[in-house]
Order: sequence, then structure tokens, then C-alpha cells
Amino acid sequence: MQSLVPINKKQLHEREGSSSNPPSGGRGAFLLHLADTNLILAQRNAEWCGHGPILEQDIAITNISLDLLGQARNFYQYAAEVINREDIQNMKAPKASPFGGGLEGASEDTLAYLRTEREFKNLLITELPKSDWAQTILRQFLYSVYQYQLYEQLQKSDDRQLAAIAEKSIKEVAYHVKWSSEWVIRLGDGTDESHQRMLKALENLWPYTGEFFIPEDYENEDTIGFDLNSLKQPWLIRVDAILKEATLLSPSFGGGQGEAIFMHTGGKQGIHTEHMGFILAEMQYLQRMYPGAEW
Amino acid sequence: MGTINFQTDIINNPENEIRLASLWNLLQDVCDPEVPVLSILDLGIVRDVKLTGDEVEITITPTYSGCPAMDAIKMDIRLKLIEHGYKNIQITSVLSPAWTTDWMTEAGKQKLKAYGIAPPNPTQIVCDTKLFAESEAIQCPRCNSYHTQLISRFGSTACKALYQCKDCKEPFDYFKCH
Repeated sequence: MQSLVPINKKQLHEREGSSSNPPSGGRGAFLLHLADTNLILAQRNAEWCGHGPILEQDIAITNISLDLLGQARNFYQYAAEVINREDIQNMKAPKASPFGGGLEGASEDTLAYLRTEREFKNLLITELPKSDWAQTILRQFLYSVYQYQLYEQLQKSDDRQLAAIAEKSIKEVAYHVKWSSEWVIRLGDGTDESHQRMLKALENLWPYTGEFFIPEDYENEDTIGFDLNSLKQPWLIRVDAILKEATLLSPSFGGGQGEAIFMHTGGKQGIHTEHMGFILAEMQYLQRMYPGAEW
Repeated sequence: MGTINFQTDIINNPENEIRLASLWNLLQDVCDPEVPVLSILDLGIVRDVKLTGDEVEITITPTYSGCPAMDAIKMDIRLKLIEHGYKNIQITSVLSPAWTTDWMTEAGKQKLKAYGIAPPNPTQIVCDTKLFAESEAIQCPRCNSYHTQLISRFGSTACKALYQCKDCKEPFDYFKCH
């Protein structure tokens, strides 16, 4: 959510303090954004475990969650490398890791379990509650189409490790796009009730899609190699095509069709919705209760 | 793509070549914990084996990003090597080039089928993004009928989809092409 008083980001960070060394450069922050987005969505999707509408779909959504978790791990492992390297270059002392083994500095575990709300850079749409099946599959659809197109670009990156992770992940994302597109059509062009729920879901989720295409400092063309905003049109075209087949009207991004729709932003900077605290409290519970625990 | 690199110094060190071959043989005994009939060589996840003096370096690549079996496989490789007297072991995981089901050996595919899992079709035939696609003809691993139906794109594990045979009525897992 946008703050009412403009806050200088550096002051905000210094005021909040942090439990781990935050990345100073663009690359580390961008990797954390990619990792956090996948982790938080994996966490939300996993809430369906044991509660899916039918067994096969319970398994489907939790498998998707596992895919996203695996991708997050790859990004976190690489982010940890980059952060530790940056810290050495900036002559910052590495923090002792509570995870034993005499390890120092950042690791996938410190990044996932020890950071707090303001340090997470996930897209806001991923932290919204799972709500009903319509909202879950529509959220997956809107994100997966974007994720596919984003990773297509990242595959071409000069950063070979980033390109490798994108290349690996995109095969799995292709299945997520297929699965969620089919569900959007099934429910949109379904019964009266499913159609109504899809309309509600679309109304709830659409204002969170603008954030996909608004680049944060660490996503400028120099850091990531392409213009993030250029993904907007192809995304709209792909999404519109499926929504049309699902007999759902796609809300306009604005521009000559009446008032522009207000888009929520802030996730990429660490300014989250009220849900974030609860998500982390649950996800990091074991670490908070038993610091340094391993299992 | 599917090539295996041998680091050998044939002229100067034929003994090394023999040791390298025996290393590959050892890896043949390391199996997928989910599907114990498949060795990691059948799966095509071993990318490289290097032997320098008494230092072993095994390079593997994960199948799916979130595959929980990969950690178990790494441990199994390490244990197998320790069992056979190797002490200096390094196991590296690379992400690129990305693993594809095309790297699964024919023997591996036959073993899958015998185990009751339909093996993956060649990727160039089917891996497209069309929706509600009925185009993929999957053969029932029990009765060999092609009269089969997709139940769910996601099966008991992330790498498998769930199908049912309309002839013998049995459900079965299909190893998705990737």
C-alpha cells in the first residue's frame, strides 16, 4: 500500500534496521524480488493442502506450490552468493548465521527465515489470501502469464546463472499457464455461480496487476537488460484472449475508457499489505520459536 | 545435449580411465528414491564425472526445480562413493543446460513402463501450450491401449500427470515431457 507521507527509502531502511545484511546493489535486490515473489505465492498456494475442492486439484495446486518453492530456492541460493560477494567488496562484516556449521553471511535459509516484512520484495498480488478457488486460479493465471513472459526475457540475460534459472523455471511455468488458463475458462464459462465468482475475483485482483510492469530502482534497463514496461502489451493480449474465451470482460488499464483503474504498488519496495505480517509469522514460526533450529 | 564428458588422459594414464569407468558403474547403482527401478544414469541427470588424483567431482542437474528427491539423490551418491573408499567427494549441481525428458535413456523408459508409469513422449511431439489439448496420445502401461484420458496435469509428484485407461479402466501416472 502506498504511504501517505513520502518517505525517503534510505531513511526508511535505516529507521527500520534489518536482521540481515541487505543487498546494496541492484542485482541482489532483483534476485530477492524474484525469489520472494515465488516463495510467498508458494506459501499461499500451500494453504490449499488438504482443503482443495477435489483431490486431483488439491494435488495440482500443491505441486505448483512446490515448483514455485524450488524456483525460489534457486533464486535465493544465487542471491546469497551475490550478497556475500557484494558485502566483501563493500567491506561489510558477514553476520554469523544461526544455522550452525560455522557458516557466515547470507544463505537461502537466512534470507527466507530471518528477514522481516519491510525487507521482502514480493509482488503484492502474491500475499493476498487464497480466498475461493476462483480467486486462487485467477491469481495463478494472471501471475503465471507474466512470469512466463518475464522469464523469457531473463533467459537472454548476460548473467548466465540468472539465465539458467529462468531457463529451468520456464518449463514448469508453461504447465502453470496451461493449467490456470483452462481453469479460468472452465469457471468463467461455467455455471452462474462460477461466473459470478470469477467476476468478483477479477474485480479483486486486477488492481494488483499494474505492479508487474512498474519497474523498481533495481529493475531499470541497465540492471535487468530490458524495459519491464514492454511486457505489458503482450501480457494484456494473452490475458484478454483467455478472459474472452471465458466470457469475462477484461477491465481496462485505463486510457480513454473512463477512469483509469488505481493500481496498488509498494511490494517491490518492501511496503506490504496487512497480510504480510501474518504470512511471515506462520512461515517463520519455527525459526522464531527455536532460533537456529534445523530439521 | 545428451553427451557425456569423460575426463581421460588415455595415453598417459590408462589406469585413470579404468577408475573413471568404475565410477560410472557405481553411479548405475544409485537409484531414484521415488522410482527405485530407475538409476540416475537412466534419468540422465548425471552431467559429468571427473577424477583428479583421488578427488572425485560429480556434476548433476535437477529434474524439476522443486524436486525433493534431488537432496536424497545427492546424499545417496555421496554414501555410495564413501562406501567404495572415495574420500574427497564434491557434488555440484548445474542448472544449465536445463534437464529435459529427452535425456532419459531408452532402457530407463522401458523400466518405467514395466513399473506401471507411462514413459514421456519425445518433447518435439507434444510440449506446446495449447489448452485442453487432447493431442497427446499416451499408451496405457498395462494393456498398451491408446484409448486413454487425462485426469489431471499433476499427479503423485510434480513430474507426473494422472491418466486413466478407458479400456482396462486402470489409472496410471504419466511422466510428463519436459
